Amino acid sequence: MSMTETHAPSEQQAETEALLDVRNIEVIYNSVILVLKGVSLQVPKGGITALLGGNGAGKTTALKAISNLLKSERGEVTKGQILYRGERVQDLVPSELVKRGVIQVMEGRHCFEHLTIEENLMTGAYTRRDGRARVEEDLDLVYTYFPRLKERRRSQAGYTSGGEQQMCAIGRALMSRPETILLDEPSMGLAPQLVEEIFGIVKDLNEREGVSFLLAEQNTNVALRFAHRGYILESGRIVMDGAAADLRENPDVKEFYLGMSDEGRKSFRDTRSYRRRKRWLS
Amino acid sequence: MPDQVLFALEVTINGLMAGVLYALVALGFVLIFKASGIFNYAQGVMALFAALTLVGIMEGQVPFEHLINATFGTGIHGFGWQVPAILAIVLTVVVMVIFAWVVNWLVLRHLVGQEPIILFMATIGLAYFLEGLGDMMWGSDIRTLDVGLPQGINTLVDQVTFDAFGYGLFIDNLDISATIIAIVLVAALVAFSQYTKEGRALRAVADDHQAALSVGISLNFIWVLTWSIAGFVALVAGIVWGAKSGVQFSLSLIALKALPVLMLGGFTSIPGAIVGGLIIGVGEKLFEFWVGPLVGGATENWFAYVLALVFLVFRPQGLFGERIIERV
Repeated sequence: MSMTETHAPSEQQAETEALLDVRNIEVIYNSVILVLKGVSLQVPKGGITALLGGNGAGKTTALKAISNLLKSERGEVTKGQILYRGERVQDLVPSELVKRGVIQVMEGRHCFEHLTIEENLMTGAYTRRDGRARVEEDLDLVYTYFPRLKERRRSQAGYTSGGEQQMCAIGRALMSRPETILLDEPSMGLAPQLVEEIFGIVKDLNEREGVSFLLAEQNTNVALRFAHRGYILESGRIVMDGAAADLRENPDVKEFYLGMSDEGRKSFRDTRSYRRRKRWLS
Repeated sequence: MPDQVLFALEVTINGLMAGVLYALVALGFVLIFKASGIFNYAQGVMALFAALTLVGIMEGQVPFEHLINATFGTGIHGFGWQVPAILAIVLTVVVMVIFAWVVNWLVLRHLVGQEPIILFMATIGLAYFLEGLGDMMWGSDIRTLDVGLPQGINTLVDQVTFDAFGYGLFIDNLDISATIIAIVLVAALVAFSQYTKEGRALRAVADDHQAALSVGISLNFIWVLTWSIAGFVALVAGIVWGAKSGVQFSLSLIALKALPVLMLGGFTSIPGAIVGGLIIGVGEKLFEFWVGPLVGGATENWFAYVLALVFLVFRPQGLFGERIIERV
């Protein structure tokens, strides 16, 4: 998408109805540190959208700007707009956003350590007003997706493994009956096998429950295999976007994010300078 | 049974009762500390303020009486009615909830994400503000508080023990009711935090503010709730202590009695506050009983602190304090 985009909506939005529309946002921490420098992205309904990039690129900040968790960290969106279902949501408190169906699973799990797994899951239903029976149904649903959580339901979350905590965090978000989950770095600190398992469940949730995902990941390889679309974020700017399959085949992505090139894997010594090749940067 | 043993038994029982009162005060601290990581210096003053408000309402006093009279030259002197204790208690609870809301709205809301020491300083300011406010609203006279709790020696215990051992134990009725009140209060608090949605949310906030926000728990609501509960606990402590020794400024100093209890029991543990209170209550009475005469008495003023210091050295998290759970 180009930056010169004027408000000529229809055609683009008609084919992929954008649930979440982030328009050229700028985020500043502590009123001085500029972290996002004009980021635009769309999350279509029923898709998995990956937000990729290295450490400090601004992935987490972008997610927190959307879920409105920035304010408690002294950050604020100073420019641009965040629309959910066409409605401006950046001034809402997080609980309002959860009620509208957008919930974030934070980086590093953040389970409530002294609560049991089941109590953790139940806190996800805090904003719901549709009665106990429906909540119980969803609890069963979470347990069918994460059978391991059922085994550990009475354990204190602080004593469960990293994988179980990640599952607990995702399950907790599911308990709010979300339409969109902002999933931050689910692969962090997990064994490759477990990462596969968790991404598999994310895909299942997407296909069977119709939950849309915005997924921030450093693990480009796994993320692009499971996502439909991808955005690449670098020092606070989107530098590339496209269908996940195209991104996977893109020579630059291959070289700089997947560590491959046409001649196969290369030694770091032979890697060309990244800066020179970054032609897509405006 | 020899008299000495019976006397020690009496001292122990009275110590337990006093300990219950310490535990009541300590409980207020623990609640707020657990939920928000704030050491609420104003807890003692909250007990004073709650007790003052209760007495004021019961006696039909007009709030800010002196101020109104001085400014407008009027001569108001009370509404001229008496409010029954139960109704007055309900009204006082309402006042404490409003207080919690105002504190959150004016102070805490703006300090989200600040260092604990800054929040602590804020509560010091709050304590002195509240002290002045209580003074201005209800006057600075020493008041007697009587909500109808039974007082004086329990004749039943006296009679039964006299018949059995030939020595009647002196147990104050007020202490017995304080114990019952404390047990009911703690049971209610535990039930609330374990079995209700709001209680669960409260514990969630205590564990992780950010994560609680992310699942849609409103920190503002939870903090108003916590401070309201702490206000309620302060009221109960104020009622019991006020009935025992009158409502006056020194009531706010009971907070100082709660400090060693907290060090002993741990800042984050409700059972810790109770057991800590009991240990200190019994400990200081027995120490005074046995060691006091040897060193010239008045050990009750410092014994609790020495005990707490010993604990700080050997078990800094307190008896029941959280072991920190950490996983990589």
